[in-house]
Amino acid sequence: MSSTSVKTDPSPPAPSEASNRVTLGWTNRLLARPEIGALVAAIVIFVFFLIVAPAFRSPASFFTVLYQSSTIGIVAVGVGMLMIGGEFDLSAGVLVTTAGLFNAMFCYQLGINLWVGAILSLVLCLSIGFLNGYLVMRTGIPSFLITLGTFFVLQGANLGVTKLVTGSVSSPNINQMAGYDSLNWLFAHEWRIGSITLSITVIWWFLFVALSAYVLQRTKIGNWIYAVGGNAASARAVGVPVTRVKVGLFMTVAFLGWFAGMHYLYNYNTIQAGNGVGNEFLYIIAAVVGGTLLTGGYGNAIGVAIGAFIFGMTSLCIVYAGWDPNWFKAFLGVMLLLAVMVNLYVKKLSTTRKVG
Amino acid sequence: MTETTPTPTIPLWQDVPSDALLDVRGVSLAFGQVRALRDVSMHARRGEVTAIVGDNGAGKSTLIRCISGIHKADEGSIDFDGERVHFRSPEEARSAGIETVHQNLALVEDLTVWQNLFLNREIVRGIGPVKLLDRGAMRKEAERMVSSLAVNVPAVGARVRRLSGGQRQAVSICRAAGFTSKLIIMDEPTAALGVQETARVEELIQRLRDEGHAIVLISHNFAQVLKLSDAVWVMRAGRCVAGRRTAETDGDEIVALITGARAGDLADEPA
Ligand SMILES: Nc1ncnc2c1ncn2[C@@H]1O[C@H](COP(=O)(O)OP(=O)(O)O)[C@@H](O)[C@H]1O
Ligand SMILES: [Mg+2]
Repeated sequence: MSSTSVKTDPSPPAPSEASNRVTLGWTNRLLARPEIGALVAAIVIFVFFLIVAPAFRSPASFFTVLYQSSTIGIVAVGVGMLMIGGEFDLSAGVLVTTAGLFNAMFCYQLGINLWVGAILSLVLCLSIGFLNGYLVMRTGIPSFLITLGTFFVLQGANLGVTKLVTGSVSSPNINQMAGYDSLNWLFAHEWRIGSITLSITVIWWFLFVALSAYVLQRTKIGNWIYAVGGNAASARAVGVPVTRVKVGLFMTVAFLGWFAGMHYLYNYNTIQAGNGVGNEFLYIIAAVVGGTLLTGGYGNAIGVAIGAFIFGMTSLCIVYAGWDPNWFKAFLGVMLLLAVMVNLYVKKLSTTRKVG
Repeated sequence: MTETTPTPTIPLWQDVPSDALLDVRGVSLAFGQVRALRDVSMHARRGEVTAIVGDNGAGKSTLIRCISGIHKADEGSIDFDGERVHFRSPEEARSAGIETVHQNLALVEDLTVWQNLFLNREIVRGIGPVKLLDRGAMRKEAERMVSSLAVNVPAVGARVRRLSGGQRQAVSICRAAGFTSKLIIMDEPTAALGVQETARVEELIQRLRDEGHAIVLISHNFAQVLKLSDAVWVMRAGRCVAGRRTAETDGDEIVALITGARAGDLADEPA
């Protein structure tokens, strides 16, 4: 805190020569960065698909890939930060759907401006995120189990409530309602420039990644996130507000989940109650492929973004290459296994790494 | 060996000196069935080194964790610097001026030395709400903090996971000594240190005392306790059984008090 100053020794002794400094070669030092493995993988996969999928060789497809990546990448930003902070969220996938469903049905039933529902939906999502974090910190039960519970509750509620309200499994179409135009622009606008289509979600994604990178690397909160993920007891012993940091991270995931939910709703104007199941793993895979350690305390925002990009690229390029899309899941699995092994290796290097 | 009628005596802590910086009274704490602290009272004076000795499991570290805000005592009170304190978190204890070297060192292994030194004491620069970490300043300051203590100076950019036990201990001690504080608590600070490093830490403790800090030192090393401390408290099985001015006691008495061969000052204590 700013109130305590570092004591200044009047006559600081000259720093004695460090006897055991390890200076790694630059290659090792580069390898020890969390995102390098993902970057290399992304380039290899990129070149590979350029060769095997001629349809991928156009700027238009590249922007489609970016859009696809952003739909996962936005939530993955939060999930990655949460994982660096040492926790999991398995409810993020269905929460996205909850956000959209609530907004659509609430406003449709009451016939009110969609903005009201959007804001209330945000409040709902933040409350769910808060509850996740609060329960984890209060009970000491691993977040894996707590959020598995929330996952099932939300999955059931999404379908149950939607059926009760609409009699079907999808939300009403909301594109004629007040507030639609501005919300559609904010969450789902597309610019057509020549042959390419730039979705506003790509810009949002880049913005969230930049913000996350900034917070993690350059601010006190970021320092605390690494600390609570690395060793929560030690962080607490020096006064880091561990509970607040972790609850904040769960709420960050919930905010970004809400954001993605808004995108789906205002992009398709209706939302299926069963959607989102399984996406929680895609977010986690993006984070892990991007170099985030499952054990917490290690990873970064750029890595997670690259992880999401690899996801977007492979999911589309398998189609561009004309292959059976079913192979995509198998490919994701292989990527994940490779990533985990690379991470383990990189982590070993990082422990012998000089600079932080 | 039960004494049914506790006879009132005047234990040492009833005449707490007026210049006591820390005054712990009747602190009890149970972890489920384990009564880790039972009615513990002790005090520490300004400008003095106060030692706490006792066997493993006696409750020394638990007492420290109560003082430094990690645990909240079930019963009893703690006065610090003339005020009743109820620390709800380690941050409150640190802001009040209590720095602690915990027995487990409280380091984050995946962070670098300088990040650990400045964890929750980050140097930031910037205007208004936009505050950036000043990594350069922290590294430089960390370099200075570490080089004054450690014999085997770790690189401040090294991750703690890579350091030896002694180097880690040095980092934790540097952190406690490096920020303005009134009381520095050290829980077995020289346990993992070599002869030279131990001598450095002992010098540091003396220097900090000369600068006016109060030090609470937990140690198993009697020579160290007798050499450095001004007062010594003996803990046994969750109780603080005796307090002595170091000048008025000797190693034999302390050993006898620790083992229970000699009864402490407690009235109701089974002899
Ligand atoms: N967090 C805890 N949970 C349960 N029991 C604990 C905890 N911390 C300490 N204890 C118990 O309290 C007693 C005192 O431990 P401690 O304060 O570490 O002793 P010392 O530091 O004197 O060796 C021991 O019996 C120990 O097992
Ligand atoms: Mg101990």
